Amino acid sequence: MSILDAKIPEGTLEQKWTKFRSSVPLVNPANKRNLEVIVVGSGLAGASAAASLAELGYKVKVFCFQDSPRRAHSIAAQGGINAAKNYQNDGDSVYRLFYDTIKGGDYRAREANVYRLAEVSSGIIDQCVAQGVPFAREYGGMLSNRSFGGTQVQRTFYAAGQTGQQLLLGAYSALERQIGMGAVKMYSRHEMLETVTIDGKCRGIIARDLTTGKLERHFGHAVLLCTGGYGNVFYLSTNAMGSNVTAAWKAHKKGAHFANPCFTQIHPTCIPVSGDHQSKLTLMSESLRNDGRIWVPKKARDTRKPIDIPEEERDYYLERRYPAFGNLVPRDVASRAAKERCDAGFGVGNSKMAVYLDFAFNMDRYGHIEASKKGLDNPDAHTIRELGKGVVKEKYGNLFDMYQQITGENPYETPMRIYPAVHYTMGGLWVDYNLMTTVPGLYALGEANFSDHGANRLGASALMQGLADGYFVIPYTIGSYLSKEISTKSIDTNHEAFSEAEKAVQEKLNKFLAIKGTKSVDYFHKKLGKIMWDECGMARTEAGLKKSIDDIRALQKEFWSDVIVPGSADEFNPELEKAGRVIDFLELGELMCIDALDRNESCGGHFREEFQTEEGEALRDDEKYAYVAAWEFKAQNQFELHKEELKYENIKIAQRSYK
Amino acid sequence: MSGNMNLTLKVWRQKNKNAEGKLVNYQVKDISPDMSFLEMIDVLNEQLIVKGDEPIAFDHDCREGICGMCSLYINGRPHGPKDRITTCQLHMRSFEDGQTITIEPWRAASFPIVKDLVVDRSAFDRIIASGGYVSVNTGNAQDANSLPIGKEDADLSFAAAACIGCGACVAACKNASAMLFVSAKVSQLALLPQGQPERYLRVHNMVAKMDEEGFGNCTNTGACEAECPKGISLSNIARMNRDYFVAGIASDN
Repeated sequence: MSILDAKIPEGTLEQKWTKFRSSVPLVNPANKRNLEVIVVGSGLAGASAAASLAELGYKVKVFCFQDSPRRAHSIAAQGGINAAKNYQNDGDSVYRLFYDTIKGGDYRAREANVYRLAEVSSGIIDQCVAQGVPFAREYGGMLSNRSFGGTQVQRTFYAAGQTGQQLLLGAYSALERQIGMGAVKMYSRHEMLETVTIDGKCRGIIARDLTTGKLERHFGHAVLLCTGGYGNVFYLSTNAMGSNVTAAWKAHKKGAHFANPCFTQIHPTCIPVSGDHQSKLTLMSESLRNDGRIWVPKKARDTRKPIDIPEEERDYYLERRYPAFGNLVPRDVASRAAKERCDAGFGVGNSKMAVYLDFAFNMDRYGHIEASKKGLDNPDAHTIRELGKGVVKEKYGNLFDMYQQITGENPYETPMRIYPAVHYTMGGLWVDYNLMTTVPGLYALGEANFSDHGANRLGASALMQGLADGYFVIPYTIGSYLSKEISTKSIDTNHEAFSEAEKAVQEKLNKFLAIKGTKSVDYFHKKLGKIMWDECGMARTEAGLKKSIDDIRALQKEFWSDVIVPGSADEFNPELEKAGRVIDFLELGELMCIDALDRNESCGGHFREEFQTEEGEALRDDEKYAYVAAWEFKAQNQFELHKEELKYENIKIAQRSYK
Repeated sequence: MSGNMNLTLKVWRQKNKNAEGKLVNYQVKDISPDMSFLEMIDVLNEQLIVKGDEPIAFDHDCREGICGMCSLYINGRPHGPKDRITTCQLHMRSFEDGQTITIEPWRAASFPIVKDLVVDRSAFDRIIASGGYVSVNTGNAQDANSLPIGKEDADLSFAAAACIGCGACVAACKNASAMLFVSAKVSQLALLPQGQPERYLRVHNMVAKMDEEGFGNCTNTGACEAECPKGISLSNIARMNRDYFVAGIASDN
């Protein structure tokens, strides 16, 4: 086991990034034109990195598996993006955003990275507004803010419930501008299937043109993986159907360490599962917790309609357990609390695996405000409710419509039913302060890396991190590597390393097609998902994890002997694409359980039932586990643990409390 | 949980862009009304796969109505029989037991078929690359609140920016016109102060690119607005035409 060097700059926390930026080696414009950068993924991190690097003069190629870079799953983020602007004059600062993020991550994130994130957050909002991103505004023309979980200030910027869409379209338009100018070459419907390493450095990728099935070789002086998270290892998640771990996993098998794979985020407010046919789960933005109160009946197995249950027979359990933060506790805390109530028999709806998210109270509160604005004397309850509905509709209309479309119920009239679902993965490829993985020249940005969110990500921080990495971090940090590469000429893709990598990919594709078994790829994906959700989901135990490792290994074997993939490799073949992604999930799932088993503590989203306080809160063990677990791939089913010690020099590490 | 709906599907099958395609009949049984339309196709595909047949290829990704990847012309309407939603948001409760459902791809010369129900919409990307942006490099920006924008303009701009680029407007239009798509981006930026410096150059270049890509003309039938899952308004087309007119006068001088 080795100690990993995160290459954190010297100096005080406040000086690190400023000093680094001022002293990092630069590449002169003439040399930039000869340096090629490959960006895999076109979400917030990928699109912003590609556009920014092309603006600097680098030659950039971008790859995405969707039909257009605008489809990347960042587009589905609803609630908002954090920034330490302190526009609301409510006591926010860079330090407070940094502190909230470290605490929210349950003290398992790297201080220097998080401070940098907080520092650059403000510039992201400026950049997006300059691009024409239509954030929500007040009548005076100023930007509007709202609150999110785990914070007591209003620092979240938003565009109705479509913030991710608007930010992504901003980054996409910056990217398209560079494509139009010829500075970026775009490869849509292309999937990266292997990295190419020459003399220990990452020098390119093998990609499959998904339309023709043809394998392509692409050289780059550096390769950036901006390929998102791996939540689909659970089969059912809020991720898009195509979201996958393949690029990161291929990189892992070629030497990039995978960090904290067991740190996954279960989002508390999703629409509950309705049946076996379900292919994905839909999030209801955390912003709804600003105006929705979460409750279950006080009586177990109560079958009354929610509207028939009187106020005194309702248990607003988050407000009861966490009076200081109430319904705005962090996601991990809210999710576990919902599970606890449902497991104890207080769940609602047909499946009894749901809790209510109720807007009635705040609709009436808003209704009263509107009535007094209008000068109405003694308005009746109906008028008040109607006025309040209007306010709620303005804030969350698209989310309410989405809920009604999926469930067939009207959330203006009856409370929403919600339950936690897999949403985000804090773990990912290990990166140093420069965002470089353990393979020189190979970088990971955004959700694909592990660096900023510790064991639990706060709401509205994913968009912030993706854009921070792409717009403001990588353009600087990549210089420290590429400045030493100016004399490296483009490597001919006839080089044997490219041939070997392509051959390995081709053989694997042929192998999938040759099995001709009896079970579809989805069969294996669903089975894996169930194992992961039951044993490596919201609550984990030593025995369960040990058993699931065996089960997953057995499932891997079954896959290789009994999967059926129709069609051929030289055509558009979505089943073949899926086969490659699912086998990578099957390998990753095993590592997630190994990681969860190693971490004999509870922290953030990782809850080991053996380690909890008397009140059922996560019980950390800072003596033994204040480290990043970075796993090295040794051989099939063999992973070696490396540790990066986490040092807290600025924040006093403490039991996390939201009471 | 399986349901009790039995349906006949007529699905467009086409091996690749050069092959000839045809409608093929399929029977699906025990469909739950709570399933989404795409989950119903998943069920059919699962049956085809285990028989060793090729599943039906269709584009889809987020399955929550925002990525714009899903398409499908269902019983003669883009995104199916309900207004203001995408195909992935359509549920089987909107159909009746025993119904026959015809499923075709978007049909437009500028959207060539890739396979079955999958089409190539990269023309939209090329239109955006021709001018659908504000030319501001990373790092150039001033403080976000130094540019106040009235709520009304901000809201109108947002409404135009809600376009998901799915192409239903083109598919719905008898001329396969992309005017609604292009005007949504033109309007979003024309309504904002950030968009002013390039306002007329932008509309000129984007319209030129749209024509070059072979999209048809607008004859104001309004089918695009009626079928748009995001309710993008026809008034955006009027705004674009006005700006295009002004751009023409400006370039004549």
